[in-house]
Order: sequence, then C-alpha cells, then structure tokens
Amino acid sequence: MTVTEIPLVEATTSETAISRLKERFPGAVQDDSRHGYSGVVVDKSKLVEVATYMRDTLGYDYLSSATAVDYHGIADSMEMVYHAYRTAGGPALVFKAQTDRAKAELPSLIDVWPGADFQEREAYDLYGIQFAGHPNLKRILLWEGFNGYPMRKDWREAYYEEEHKPFESRWPAGWVRRAEELNVYGKNVHYPADFDLAKLTDKSEESLYSDLGLGVNVQDLSTENGHLKTDKLVVNMGPHHPSTHGVFRMIVTLDGETIESLEPVMGYLHRNHEKIGERNSWNHNMPFTDRLDYLSSMGNNHGYALAVEQLFATGNKWNPPSYRAECIRVLMVELTRIVNHYWAIGFLLNDLGAFFTPALYAIAEREKILDFFEATAGARMMCNYMRFGGLYKDLPERMHSVANLINDKVRDFNTMEYLSELINERIPRSIDELDEFLTASEIIKSRTVGVGYLPPEMAIAYSAAGPLLRASGVPYDVRRADPYSIYPELEFDVAVRYNGDIYDRYLIRLDEMRESVRILKQILPRLEKTKGEPVAGISQYMPRVPMGESYGRVENPKGELGYYVVSAGDEKGPQNPWRYHVRAPSFINLTALGPMCVGHKVADVVAILGSIDIVLGETDR
Amino acid sequence: MAQLDLRELHSTEFPVPDEMQGNVAITSLSKLYNWSRRSSMWPMLFGLACCAIEMIATAASRYDLSRFGMEVMRASPRQSDLMIVSGTVTKKMVVPIVRLYNQMPEPKYVLAMGACASGGGPFKEGYNVVSGIDQYLPVDVYVPGCPPTPQALLYGLIALQKKIDGQSLANMDDVPWYGVGPAEPTPVPILGPDIIDPRQMDLIRRQAELAAQGKPYGLREIPESALKRQTAQIAPKTKPQIAAASGTVEADDPEKAARLAKREAALARKKAESGETAAASVVADAPAPATGGDKKAFDKAAMLEKIRAKKAK
Repeated sequence: MTVTEIPLVEATTSETAISRLKERFPGAVQDDSRHGYSGVVVDKSKLVEVATYMRDTLGYDYLSSATAVDYHGIADSMEMVYHAYRTAGGPALVFKAQTDRAKAELPSLIDVWPGADFQEREAYDLYGIQFAGHPNLKRILLWEGFNGYPMRKDWREAYYEEEHKPFESRWPAGWVRRAEELNVYGKNVHYPADFDLAKLTDKSEESLYSDLGLGVNVQDLSTENGHLKTDKLVVNMGPHHPSTHGVFRMIVTLDGETIESLEPVMGYLHRNHEKIGERNSWNHNMPFTDRLDYLSSMGNNHGYALAVEQLFATGNKWNPPSYRAECIRVLMVELTRIVNHYWAIGFLLNDLGAFFTPALYAIAEREKILDFFEATAGARMMCNYMRFGGLYKDLPERMHSVANLINDKVRDFNTMEYLSELINERIPRSIDELDEFLTASEIIKSRTVGVGYLPPEMAIAYSAAGPLLRASGVPYDVRRADPYSIYPELEFDVAVRYNGDIYDRYLIRLDEMRESVRILKQILPRLEKTKGEPVAGISQYMPRVPMGESYGRVENPKGELGYYVVSAGDEKGPQNPWRYHVRAPSFINLTALGPMCVGHKVADVVAILGSIDIVLGETDR
Repeated sequence: MAQLDLRELHSTEFPVPDEMQGNVAITSLSKLYNWSRRSSMWPMLFGLACCAIEMIATAASRYDLSRFGMEVMRASPRQSDLMIVSGTVTKKMVVPIVRLYNQMPEPKYVLAMGACASGGGPFKEGYNVVSGIDQYLPVDVYVPGCPPTPQALLYGLIALQKKIDGQSLANMDDVPWYGVGPAEPTPVPILGPDIIDPRQMDLIRRQAELAAQGKPYGLREIPESALKRQTAQIAPKTKPQIAAASGTVEADDPEKAARLAKREAALARKKAESGETAAASVVADAPAPATGGDKKAFDKAAMLEKIRAKKAK
C-alpha cells in the first residue's frame, strides 16, 4: 500500500543514484563541483525528465525542499535547489537547476511532485523565477502588486543599512540613529521612482477571486438531467477568525454547504525571517529560529544548529557537541514535542466545538514543562537554548520560583527530581487522562472518523510531513529515516496509523507523546551518568563558518523541519549566511489542505485544519 | 464566586452605617461608570503571532484572566472593548487590523503586546513589517517583552484599568465618544507597491514630484536629536569620516555607491540650504515621531474642534 509498491532499485546511496543519473542523461547532469557543495546540477531543459526518472526509477518519491538561491555578485545566476528523499529512508539526492538572473525561468516540477506547488510559488514571489507549467503562479506571501522581488540580493528594504550585522549605527562608538529617522515617511516604506498615485489600485484582493468563476451565468442555470444548477457561494475565512490558528486565511467556494474548492491565502505573518537571516551573523539567527514555530522553539534551535554544525564539520577546527549536550538536546526536543501535542490536541478539540475545556487541561499540563524550560533556558517560550557545538548552559542544580507540580505554589526543587516526577508520573498520567476522556467520545468520533481523508500516495506526493504523513500509513520519521543526534541508540517506535483521517491524526499525537515519554525515560539515567561533562558550544561571538551548503533537518512536532544554509562570498568563511532557508512543515503540509477539504462541509474545514496543526510563524516565516 | 463588596466604590465623606457596609456605596457617576467599564473589559479574540500563545496562556487556568473581568474574549469586534495586538504587525495584516479597529464600538482601547506590536521588535527591518501598531492606531498600553510573560500582560491590563479609573465623565477629552456625530474612522491603508497610509498621500505626491525631477526623494536629513545620541566615552566618528569609509568600501558596488552618493548629496544640499524653504518643507512634512499617547491626545483634540464647529453651526 505504501512504500513497498514503489519500484526500488538496489541503488541505496545517493552516489550510486547520481552515477545512474549521469548514465541515463549524459551531458544534462553534472556534478556540483563548487567547494563544499554536493549533488548534481541538472540542465533546465531536461529538469522534468530527470525528476520523473528520479521519482519513478530511482525511488526518490518525496520532495522535501525546493528553494531558490540568488548568487548575485558571485555567479550572476539564480538556482533552484531540490532535496529529494526516499520514504524508505536514506540520505538526500540534491539537485539544482540554474537560470539567468535577468530572465529567470525554470520548468515547474508540480507534475512530478505536487508538493512543489507552494514552494515554487514562494520562489516566484520572493525571487521572481517564472515556473513554466505551474497552473497557479501568483504571489503567495506578499500581495499582488508588490514592488519587486525582495529576496534578490540587489533588492533593498526601506530600512536597509548595511549588508552585515551588527550595523555600524548600533555600535557603541557609532553614530546612533534609527532607521525611520532617515525615511521621509517615518515608516518602513519606500516607493518606486515612477510611482503614480493616480493609477493606484489595490490589486491584492481582486487577484484572489479572479479565478473562481463567480457570478451567475444564465445559460448554466437551465436544468440538466433534472437537476437545477445552483450558483456558487464564496466564503472568506480569516485572516481574523477564531479557528484559523492565527492569521491564516481560506477562500472557500461552496455549493450549498459542500466545499467545491478551497484556496489557502497566507503571508499575513510573513515577517521576513529569510531576508533578515541573511544579514544576521550565524549566531544571531538562533533566537530568530525560536519564533518560527513558536510552540516548539527547542526543536527549531536543534534543526538550525544541526545545519550549521554540518558546515563547521567540514572545517578543521571543530569540536562536536559532547554526549551530555546531545542528551540534553534530545530531552528538550522531546519535551517540546509533548508541549506541542498537548496544544494541538487541546485546540483540535476547540475546533470541534468543545470550546476551551480540553484546551484548558492541556495548557495546564504544558505549563509544568514550560516551568522547566524557564528555569533552564531563561524563557518560557523563546528558549534560544542551543548553540553550535553545544548548549547555552547546563541544567541548573535547583529550580527556583517554579510552581509546584501539585498545588501551583512557588517552591524550590531539585531539577532532576522535578524532571523525573514530570516524566515518570505527571506526563503519562495526563496523557492517559486525555485518552480516557476524549478517545472514546461519540461526538469526537462522529465528527472525525472518515473526515479529511488523505491517502498515503497523496500524502507523499504533497510532501506532507510529520503526524499528517504518518497518520496516512507512511512510517516516515526523520529520527529513524535519516538519524541525527543520539536517536540511533534510543529505543522507540515510529508511531503510525493507517486511516488517514482526523481521528487518526488525533490518535497519532497521543502515540507520539507516549513514544516521547519512552525516550525521555531513557534520557534520565544518561543525564545522571554524564553529570559534570561540559556542554558549552563554540565561544566566538561572530564565528566564521566554512564555505559550502548544508541541509539540516529534524523531526519537529509538526513535521520535517529543514534548514538550507549556504555559506559563500568570503574565502575566510563568511560571518553571515549567504542564504538561510527554512523548510517549514506547516507551510508545506498546507498544500494538502485543499484536496482534503473538497466534498466536506464548512464546519469540517476548521477541524481538518486543526488536525494538520499549523502554526503561522512557520507557515509565513 | 466572591461576594461583591461595594466598599471600593465608596468615594464621598458621607458615612455609610456599619450594618450596611459593603452593601451600599455613595459615589460619583464617573466612578461608577469607570468601575463598571474597567471590570468588564472584553478583549477581542484576535491572535497575531507568538504573543497570542502567551495571551491564551494568560486566559487559561494558571493565570486566569477572568479574575479581572476580562475572560470574555469576543471573536467579533462589535462586541469587544479592547484590542490586544498580540504579535508582529505585517503590512499585509495591518489592513484588516485597522478595519477591525474601525468596527469596534467606542469606548475602545488598544494594547500593544510585545516588542513587535510596540515597535517592530526583532523583525523591524523586515520589508513586510510595520514598525509598531502605533503607526496606525492610538495605543493605550505598551507591554514590553518578546513575548511578554502572562504576568506582564496582566500588569499591562491592570495599567489599562488604572487609566480608565483616571477618566472623568466631566472631561470631554476623556470621553470623546459622547460627542456629537459619528467618530472619524481611522483611514484604512492601501496595498500598492508598498503599503500606503492614506494620511500621507500629500507627502507621497510631493516626493513623487521630486523623483520626477530627478531629485533625491524618500530620504530625510538626520535630525539634531539623533546626532546628539552619541556615547561620550569613545571619540565619535564625524559624518564625513563615515561617508569616506563607506565610500571606499562600496567602490566596487556601483548601485550602493550611487545610493550613498545620492544620500550624501541630499544631506549636503540640505545643510547648505538649512533654514531655506525647499529643505525645510521636506523635513517639516514628516510627522513627528509621536508616542501613542500623544497621538491619541492629538486625535481627540481634532475631534473636539470638529464637534465644536458643528455645534456653532
């Protein structure tokens, strides 16, 4: 049913896959010979053919990430970078397609991997690359009519100061000024020189509705086979809507109460992580990653640290994280997974109409874990805890001013005792509690069973990740498929469910929480054993990172979180990333939202969206 | 539920008999009015970003917003008194936010929660980020933090209650919503090539004229106040030095060099003509970087003038 049906050749490593590609397409596929780069460069005229061959013959059925990089100033070209994986596991096959900057055009891979849909639209929006064959190529994060393509290296923001941080204006000796003081409007705006107010039209809304084919067509109203044709109705949900989990927006076309089509509209929280990330120093990006998926900041830290550590490892002076640091990382990440799933389950029930009661229980449990984060990292949500090669600091001996596990009184605890009570008693008990009260509920079953079905082959094709993919029967978990950190030595099962509906997505979150508890129980003795080992990462304020590219990915609670970072432009090793891209699971999981909703009722949309579990900080970045 | 104790309302020297303490209060109308408003401040159920999660945590059981009569989060702006701007305001989102604010009935308040809503925060330099909701709406309370803890948000809400306590029905500045005629809605921004604040249309037009003549546009002379903000310990760089240094660095990037040259030319020209009309008008056009409080006061003054004019008619 799932992965076994896909014809797999014996080529298991990406090297053999590359050699087969070169055999099959002589001339069109070349090694990426740049220093520190991997994979192949594919001639753009052959791109679709090569991709189809990769998917069908080599078995790379899962397109993880597709993103653009602008090499303005280095090579005067732009390229799309694709990372394809096998859902059976193994490393990535990286391939790139290059195009001219002035006339950026590439073939669309949407027919090979439909999951490329949003990612190509994003590349079009931010880089201005035209994708031939893309059926719905319009802006996705910004609005129609925006001036220029902001991620291009030569595009400057209104508050632009310099290419690198820290800006001179912020130095103690500098000439302290604020960006808005240099702007006549006193705002973060600039207009093109040929801007004509008289011709100003707000095209941002009109473009959303243009393709829907609305309005009554009198000829279509005639009866056909005894059925009266009805007019369609468009319902706009969001960006201000209590059930969209933030500022997400959907344009839903209805026939009666049944959904005919659903188009997600995003970008209402597009706060330019990637552009800001290119000015930041490498360290500087760590707190920004917290704010991507703001419910699971530790997981975001981990992914970014892994991506940059891969680059450091290619240099000569590099100490990998100590064993204790790895243990604490896993501890934090698994606790984060539990935090996130509490939240997801609570709010899924909210969306189903159990207004706030389950969520209150879930949030109360979450607070206990946040107390531990606060005592360790200093912040409840934005932990900013991991560093390249280690951690910000070790676990504290005692936790002060923390609410008691039993009666919420402020007390002083031994950290390890607190943790062991949390992991051995409190969390398993609360998971059982949720399970007992919710799983067998008739109302929940009738609202969720069979609703929002996503078949496994579609889940793979749409590049769905995390619980959404695994609830459809694809046992794909980065922790097992492409292991990192100390996961290979830990004992846990990849949770998988087979029905692919909302109910299974709820159940799989419970399963995953239980597996996380299982991991955490194995971590506790390791923490006791490694007490006293140093955990600090590299100490430089502005480390220089060896040239090259890397893609670090982790299994975040919402799915596969990947960071594609490029270090280029400075022989000594640049102080800030040339490219910093986030492969956001929430963003790409939304590709499947439209097809999942078709045929269901309006009220189900909210529940289906809740079962994907998106967070807008990551969707829009 | 705690028993309602009216002693906190009592505000005159008239004595209340002992047996009626807590049951009877003799007070002013303003105080009664403020007391009822401050104790049922209904926020809008409206989350923008990370801060919204902390806002939800504040409403949940541990921090329990309902102790202050504020737990009734309304999804409709028509039913809410307070807009908690909880997160980064992007240019795309500010349009609906202003629209929602216009839909809220008076009296209405705005609380800027967190660094982003107060001034852009860590994302301030982003091309799609509005540097603070006070660029568009009058803010009553700013809560710092990234995100503010639930305790901080509670403190901000208590600060808002204190603000309401200080208002008087006798003073039209405090209660402009009892004036004559409908209140002026805040103009809704337009999404053009960049976001356009309708209040700045004239300024934008004048800048476009400058651009059409090939003159530098969109930039502004650095105010004296900015130059004074130098740290004293280390000898500060002077302006020409900075220009020279950046000039040499940027020699290989013609576009940036041109940009810098443009900016320097504008600065030099303005300095030469300082006091003269051309330069002065450009500077004077720019709105004063006002704080939210000032802006609200200013709006109210304008509104009062309008009301008086209407009455005179």
